[in-house]
Amino acid sequence: MISANLPILHVIIPLIGAPLGLLFSRSPTGAWLLALIISWFTLADSLALLLIVSGGEVVSYEIGDWAAPWGIEYRVDMLAAYVIVIVSGIGAVTMLYARQSVEAEIPRDRIYLFYTMYLLTLSGLLGIATTGDTFNLFVFLEISSLSTYVMVSLGAERRALTAAFRYLVLGTLGATFYVIGVGLMYQMTGTLNMADLVNRLPEVAETRTILAAVAFLTVGIGLKLGLFPVHVWLPNAYTYAPSVVTAFLAATATKVAVYVLVRIYYTLFKGGVFETLPVDEILLALSLVAIVAMSAVAIFQTNVKRLLAYSSVAQIGYMLIGISLVTITGLTAGILHLFNHALMKGALFLALGCVFFRIRSVNVDDMAGLGKAMPWTMAAFVTGGLSLIGIPLTVGFVSKWYLILASLEKEWWPLAAVILFSSLLAVIYMWRVIEVAYFRERPAGAATIGEAPLAMLVPMWVLVGANVYFGIDTDLTVGTARAAATFLMGG
Amino acid sequence: MTPETLSQLAIAVPLIGSVFILLAGKWPNLREAVTLTTAVIMFITVASITPSVLAGARPDVVLWEILPGLAIRLTIEPLGMLFGLVSSGLWIINSVYSIGYMRGNREAHQTRFYFYFAIALASAAGVAFSGNMLTLFIFYEVLTLSTYPLVAHHGDPATMRSARTYVGILLSTSIGLLLFGMIWTWQLTGTLDFKQGGILEGKVDGVMVAVLLALYMFGIGKAALMPVHRWLPAAMVAPTPVSALLHAVAVVKAGVFTVLKVVVYIFGYEFLAETSASDWLMIAAAGTLLFSSIVAMRKDNLKARLAYSTVSQLSYIVLGAALATAAGIIGGGMHLAMHAMGKITLFFCAGAIYTAAHKTEISQLNGIGRTMPITMGAFAVASLSIIGIPPLGGTWSKFHLMMGAADADQIIYVAVFMLSSLLSAAYLVPVVTRAFLRPPDAKSAGAAATAEGGIREAPLPCLIAICATAAGAFALFFFAGDIARLLEPITAN
Amino acid sequence: METVIGLFNYWIVIVLMMAGFYIVIAQENMIKKMVGLSIFQVAVFVFYISMSNVFGGTAPIAAEGFTLYSNPLPHVLILTAIVVGVATTALGLALIVRIKEEFGTIEDDRIRDMEEHGEESEA
Repeated sequence: MISANLPILHVIIPLIGAPLGLLFSRSPTGAWLLALIISWFTLADSLALLLIVSGGEVVSYEIGDWAAPWGIEYRVDMLAAYVIVIVSGIGAVTMLYARQSVEAEIPRDRIYLFYTMYLLTLSGLLGIATTGDTFNLFVFLEISSLSTYVMVSLGAERRALTAAFRYLVLGTLGATFYVIGVGLMYQMTGTLNMADLVNRLPEVAETRTILAAVAFLTVGIGLKLGLFPVHVWLPNAYTYAPSVVTAFLAATATKVAVYVLVRIYYTLFKGGVFETLPVDEILLALSLVAIVAMSAVAIFQTNVKRLLAYSSVAQIGYMLIGISLVTITGLTAGILHLFNHALMKGALFLALGCVFFRIRSVNVDDMAGLGKAMPWTMAAFVTGGLSLIGIPLTVGFVSKWYLILASLEKEWWPLAAVILFSSLLAVIYMWRVIEVAYFRERPAGAATIGEAPLAMLVPMWVLVGANVYFGIDTDLTVGTARAAATFLMGG
Repeated sequence: MTPETLSQLAIAVPLIGSVFILLAGKWPNLREAVTLTTAVIMFITVASITPSVLAGARPDVVLWEILPGLAIRLTIEPLGMLFGLVSSGLWIINSVYSIGYMRGNREAHQTRFYFYFAIALASAAGVAFSGNMLTLFIFYEVLTLSTYPLVAHHGDPATMRSARTYVGILLSTSIGLLLFGMIWTWQLTGTLDFKQGGILEGKVDGVMVAVLLALYMFGIGKAALMPVHRWLPAAMVAPTPVSALLHAVAVVKAGVFTVLKVVVYIFGYEFLAETSASDWLMIAAAGTLLFSSIVAMRKDNLKARLAYSTVSQLSYIVLGAALATAAGIIGGGMHLAMHAMGKITLFFCAGAIYTAAHKTEISQLNGIGRTMPITMGAFAVASLSIIGIPPLGGTWSKFHLMMGAADADQIIYVAVFMLSSLLSAAYLVPVVTRAFLRPPDAKSAGAAATAEGGIREAPLPCLIAICATAAGAFALFFFAGDIARLLEPITAN
Repeated sequence: METVIGLFNYWIVIVLMMAGFYIVIAQENMIKKMVGLSIFQVAVFVFYISMSNVFGGTAPIAAEGFTLYSNPLPHVLILTAIVVGVATTALGLALIVRIKEEFGTIEDDRIRDMEEHGEESEA
């Protein structure tokens, strides 16, 4: 029974769990336990899925036994399983970490609401990656987005509220754009099912309606994933959200949006979209600006969370560059970086969460002397930073390797040069923090602080360990990414 | 134990040692004992591989695959053997010296110092024994990162600025250029293994060979080819043992060692000679060589002068590689050892002067030879070795390098080598003459001691180290033939 | 003429959409922004519903005498979308209430002013 329902359990369980969270209004720990158990369950479910589809099989599930294309179909292929594993894996680790951090940052009487919203987001994100129906995808997109807005607004500072509001306005615009795109496709093909659309779209691919649909879809999803220059909501939302939320979002939400983009371009249109519209060139150009400009902006930030937020916009640029190269290696690089970036940003933001837990600030200047006061936290931060820079033996290196290999394969030397240049900017912004933490003494008279609690350190180091492990043993990541890319490119 | 196991052990020993150094951090004597023991074990490990390499074996072990077809791989060949021997052997002496220096100057954070030192040595051994470019690159980066805390040791703003220059240049050249070159090579050939005769022949031609070579040569920032040499003078803010072992031996030699490796095993020196792709490199290296000698003459700070001298001497080796002849490459390899022995002595002396008399500028050194005769005597011996005067080690490497230039029909570079020897005499000899021949300054603190006729040398461990390396520079004159024999196979095709 | 009259529903959709979009961008008042956002969404609802309408068609209920039906699916979709829209509006308004409590105003430009210059007072 369970095995037959695998493709839906990881979506439905958190969805059911979310309202259950409301029962724990007096017991934050209970709500946390609920979220924790559900997160680990989804992880187990997604790993099982990955195992099933890794043989190249595609798992399909018809909701309520309504046959596709009329009913809603859940469809898990290699790429979907890969993204599902990322989301549920990060979810499981952040939940392990969350209890104390959340108690320190969110008023006690609202904690159960936080976990409810978290479960909704988890369900939404997993749903996006699982569904094979374009309109159902919109619904999940909004489930995850709406609950995300709430989570952002739970931040301690009042600026979290405005950050959430601005995110809401832009996010809703993005989702609505997406719906318009879906409507236009429906108008031409009469179907919403992805597998069905694949068959019907080629006939009408060159009509103006479909071209408009592609444009709407691109802009809509671009808004959600933090595409430069419509990323403006992202820095504030990441900066003012509670630490756990930032870590979870940075590692998953944008990744899922990138996944949707890949789905649209490579599954629905089978890459044909690049012949009718120059979306690849546009994405490439925007991403190039993003990786240089946003990294440069990151250098000048004093709030480390905001610094990493800008760095995220730049890193999303790397993924989009890989996708817009339209080669197997390029796509592999893009998909690979989805996973790798989730690991590094997850680790970095969790480390910042530990810092905030102790010193109630994430400003560079306040972090002076933390190298000695919080050695494990800062060591995690340094490792995450080195991974971000792309030092060998970390995942960042593997990503960069494939990205540059892909651009050299196309003989686009300047592109490779720009990518390398931008990673040098990462050296600068990471080093600023490292230097202050290790070589500046804590100001005289500052309260003595200890290391973060073990319950936060362990999950953080799990992610840090993953940064190193998957930088050394790349079988799983590169293998899956390449298989998914080959499948998408129709090879 | 098989040489394969030993090669892994050579890297593992200092890593394990570093853990024990941390554990022993609270007991300085125990901690230093751990450092010394580790250094000795490491040297014995490396030395016990030597006979089989001399006999022609090439121990090769694939540890694990990072990317499909790209593994962490250790292969020991003569060049790496030599570099491994030099760095691990000098580590023992340097550890003795460090004990005297760090305690004599009451430096802070000594545990951190010894810890990162051990890590740096492990990565130097990794660089020496790596079997492909990726492995080398990894250890090369670890070396950069592990030496950063050593350079930034004092932690004051000026030091931090220098340390930033240090890590900034080394990381950005390696990530920006070297990695680029590596991935390009991988894309062309599908391998990054070091192979006798190179892997690039027939895969790339025309001006692209020169471009690729440029990516490598400027990417290997540790070789300090101008204009990416700025990090080396900047690194002089570190405590002297760091400057001595790392910035005269391990780090900089890792740079030129990589240059030699790339020329011999990636490009293949005959391929370079055919395509004339390294012509520009000869000019660049000769330019660096002469120009930095001139800069060295203008430096009054003793360590800065030695740093620029190192920049110049490194370019000897780069030039030797660029000449793309067998003699040039063997000369380059020999110079790696000869210069290491000479320069470490000079830095030891500079540190000893600082510890005993707290002097850093050459203009303050008038008459210091009278209070510190042993130190300055060793300084004179090492200077002569750097200049290349028999019977000291530096003679032979310069001889081979000049032969290499002659073989390549590049007589002008023979002249460059000679001119630069004169220049190095011009910036080193005055230090010696000033110390021994000039009367001490009346005002200086040392004057009082001199007036009493007292000798105020550096702590004993420092002196032992200084004498050992100075004697080494002398001994190398007689063992040069063995080094040449060790290196010969790398130029055979 | 045909493009103007024959496609009149699309013209309406476009006008509504642009009006809503303009309000979101141009208005500083957050409530008005929400109004704009709603109009923008409604435009899309109209787009879906009008697209599925078949001239002369009737509701898709099987009964004698009717053979021409409108497409029911978009209606259903839009029911869902309306729910999403309501949730968005509710959340947006709730945030505005909280913002008003914290900042004392709901004018975006003034809040931005306070955020940029008044950070010290906050801490």
